[in-house]
Formats: sequence, structure tokens, C-alpha cells
Amino acid sequence: MINQPDWQPTASRAAMKSRAQQSAFVRGFFAQRDVLEVETPILGRCGVTEPNLDGISAQVDVQGIKGGWLQTSPEYHMKRLLAAGSGSIYQISKVFRNGERGSRHNPEFSMLEWYRTGFDDKALMQEVADLVCGWLQCPRPQVTSYREAMITWADIDPFVATERDLHQRCGKWLEPEQLKDLSRDGCLDLLMSFAVEPNLGIAAPVFINQYPASQASLARISKVDGFDVAHRFELYIDGIELCNGYWELTNAEEQRARFEADNRLRIADGKPEMEVDEAFLAAIEHGLPDCAGVALGLDRLLMLKVGTRNIADVQAFPIERA
Amino acid sequence: MASYSTNEFRSGLKVLLDGDPCIIVENEIVKPGKGQAFNRVKLRNLMTNRVWDRTFKSGESLEAADVMDQDMEYLYTDGEFWHFMLTDGSFEQYAADAKAVGDTLKWLKEQDVYTVTLYNGAPLTVTPPNFVELEVVDTDPGMKGDTAQGGSKPATLSTGAVVSVPLFITIGEVLKVDTRSGEYMNRVKN
Repeated sequence: MINQPDWQPTASRAAMKSRAQQSAFVRGFFAQRDVLEVETPILGRCGVTEPNLDGISAQVDVQGIKGGWLQTSPEYHMKRLLAAGSGSIYQISKVFRNGERGSRHNPEFSMLEWYRTGFDDKALMQEVADLVCGWLQCPRPQVTSYREAMITWADIDPFVATERDLHQRCGKWLEPEQLKDLSRDGCLDLLMSFAVEPNLGIAAPVFINQYPASQASLARISKVDGFDVAHRFELYIDGIELCNGYWELTNAEEQRARFEADNRLRIADGKPEMEVDEAFLAAIEHGLPDCAGVALGLDRLLMLKVGTRNIADVQAFPIERA
Repeated sequence: MASYSTNEFRSGLKVLLDGDPCIIVENEIVKPGKGQAFNRVKLRNLMTNRVWDRTFKSGESLEAADVMDQDMEYLYTDGEFWHFMLTDGSFEQYAADAKAVGDTLKWLKEQDVYTVTLYNGAPLTVTPPNFVELEVVDTDPGMKGDTAQGGSKPATLSTGAVVSVPLFITIGEVLKVDTRSGEYMNRVKN
């Protein structure tokens, strides 16, 4: 017997209706606050250097332009708009990440990304709380630092722990030979995912902030209690990671140095080196206004709204059926 | 030897772990936003049937296990081995030892078709169909008037399996039995 292909959607009509309402809520929220909705390419000339994000390449062939990447986030294009003087902007867009499929992951998903000129991470956290709690009707989030969360749930201080301490903690999940080439941040990511995350945002939503500087990505860095911490935050509800925000780095030189460091990590991991996005760097060089930005997973927000733990319940056609 | 990287992991995939053939039962990716990805994997060891929880870093790989499920007809036993034949018309025969036959022994009936799992070309396990039809060779005499009570008694089937049956069942009747639970389903008219 030949199996019929699964042609039906995995999401119910009620979930699809909830998605439409969610989009309307988001657009209403930003219209009220005078934040401009924009559209940027989901098919871009460059990918990202981020060591742990794998883009999906495209085969553009037009007027001598070849290759291209489905964007893992609209960040670089939106920052170019900011540098060009757009003022505060937001976008609802599809983004793509290769190799990610599970109960909370699909290689194609919907992201809400927004930038607020003149905001720092604290002010943007307030706005994230307004949006998320306004939509989910949940209590406002508490704030816990990355360090506090690690000490509480993984019993380790991320800023002073030795590699030996980290490997010992990680030994619960990985064999010694698997740990051999796992970096310090790799160990911290493991503990975050396995020991900390499942406990976050259970009683009430919680922001995690003050990440180690090594996990700053595109955020500014400050000293807190003598340690370099990133102005980066994430929001967790019911153990689900919902968004990732930064008080944005505006220094082009530093930005280039981080891209190059990313590529060194990629090469060490046996991943392809990624071309640095020069148009993006030129925009930063021209001048990115002081701003804070955040990317929020709309599928996960909808999962919380309709009360499911499976992303397939809120996407019409996840990759197996796409 | 072929191998599978974490991106290819999915349930049903047969891999070698610590030298034993295993089947992936569940595969979940765990990843903080921009951080390192891990796969949390549940695997059933096909030798011991035990379920293992293992974590893999994204990009790690496991060797493929040469494991195949085949439909085979049970032929006979010589006391040491149980002999099966492929149902694809090739008449190719395989000899399964007592370890491979395991608990399926009590459901083995000549000419019935079983799923034989081959590992490196040799029978690893023999799985019965979900339902088998077997004759009652021994049970206490049926008791009239007790059908409504729903009482039960043991009955021995032609393969040696003992199942709990309603009181009205008599020797010589053929019963349909669920091999997963060992429960009597109904009588089969012969």
C-alpha cells in the first residue's frame, strides 16, 4: 500500500484564528506607540557569522548576482534602516534556521523584531512586558540575572566556575569524551538548557538579563560586580524561551571584531566561514542611533496563548508537510 | 560504514551506541536562542530492550546499525534453533536462537508469519503479530449458566501459552489472543 502524503494542516482552525488575532494585536500595539511597520528582504545577499546559527542558502542567479541566504533574522537590514534614519521600527517576518526541528523548533518560523531609538535594555524590557502580558493576560515578569539563575538552578557561578567545575556539572548529560572539546560557553548553554530553563517562568514570567560578555552577540557590555556583562535579556514563560533583546552595539570596529571572532569559532567547529556583511558594517560605520532591539518568536507566543507544548499545533504546515 | 549526524536523527533510525544496535525512539533539539544546540535522544537498545537517555552535541554522529525487519514464516524447530523463511518468494531461511525467539516462543505456530529483525544478517529478535489464533488444548470443562457472571479460568493453547478465558470455553476451540497483553479477545469459528 502506498502512503498518502499528509496534506492536512497540523494546526486547528481555532489556532489559525488565534494567530490572526495575535498579528492584529501586535499591529495595534505598535500603531498606538507610533512604531513604523517595515518589510526587509527574507532572501538576502549575506548570511550571519553567528557560530550557532546555520542559515539556509539560496541559488539566486540574476544579473550576475549568485547565491544568497534565507535570513535567520531581519536584524541587519533593519539596522540599516535605523542608520538611514527610520526611527523606531518593527517587523513581522518569516525567518529560517537550518537543522532546527523539535517540539519548539521548525526551520521556518515567524519572528517579531523591533527596535526603539533612545531606549536602553531596561526600557525595552518594560515594553516587551506590556506587549506579552497584554496579549497573554499574564502577570508582569520578574527579573533575574543570568548569574542568579545559574547559581539557583545549576548550582554553579558562571563567572568564577573553572572548566573542571563546569565539566563536572555537565557530566550528568555528557560523557567525558563528548566534553573534551565543549567550550566554556557550550557548557553554560548545556546547563542553561537542561538545568535552568525548565524551571524558568513557571510561577510567573521571568526576564533573564546580564549575560556573560562572551554571550553578548550584538549587545553592549558593562561591568557589574566587577564582571563584564552584556546588556542582553531573554524572557521565559513556562520554561519556554520567548525573546532575546539587546541594548545595541553601535561601534563598527567592535562589531567587525566580533564577526571575525565568530568566524574563528566556526572554523574551529568545522563549519563554513561566513562572508561578513559589509553593507551592514558600512551602515553601522555611518552611525546606528542609540537603540535597543528585541526578537520575539511569534509561534512560541501563540503556543502559550493556545496552551500547547508543540509548535506543530500552531503552524499550518511544519517542515515535514511543507 | 554509514553514519548519521544529529541533523539526520529521527525516530525509527537504527544506530550503534556503545557497540549495541539501538533504535531512536524520540529525538528533541534543545537550544538556547543563539547558543549551542544539543539533541536529547531516547534510544531503545535492541539487544536488551532497555531505553537509554542520551545527549548529543549538535554535529556529533552515530554509526548506522545494519538492522532490518523482515516478514518470515515460521517453519520448525530442531530443539536448538527455530527456523524461519522469507515470505518474499526467495525461500531464504534463517535460524533464530533461543535468545532471539525469547518470549515469542509461546506464540510460535508453524506457517504463521512473524517479524524477524536481522542484525548484521542474523536474527536478533522475533516479534509476533499483534493477534494470533490458537487452539485450546487443555482447560477445565465449561460450566453452564455461568456466562453472565463473567468468571474466568486458565486455558492452555497449542503453543503452550496459558491465557485467562471465560468459563464457557472448551477444548478444541480456536481463540484470538492479543500477543502484546496476552489477553483473550474472542472465539474464532472454524
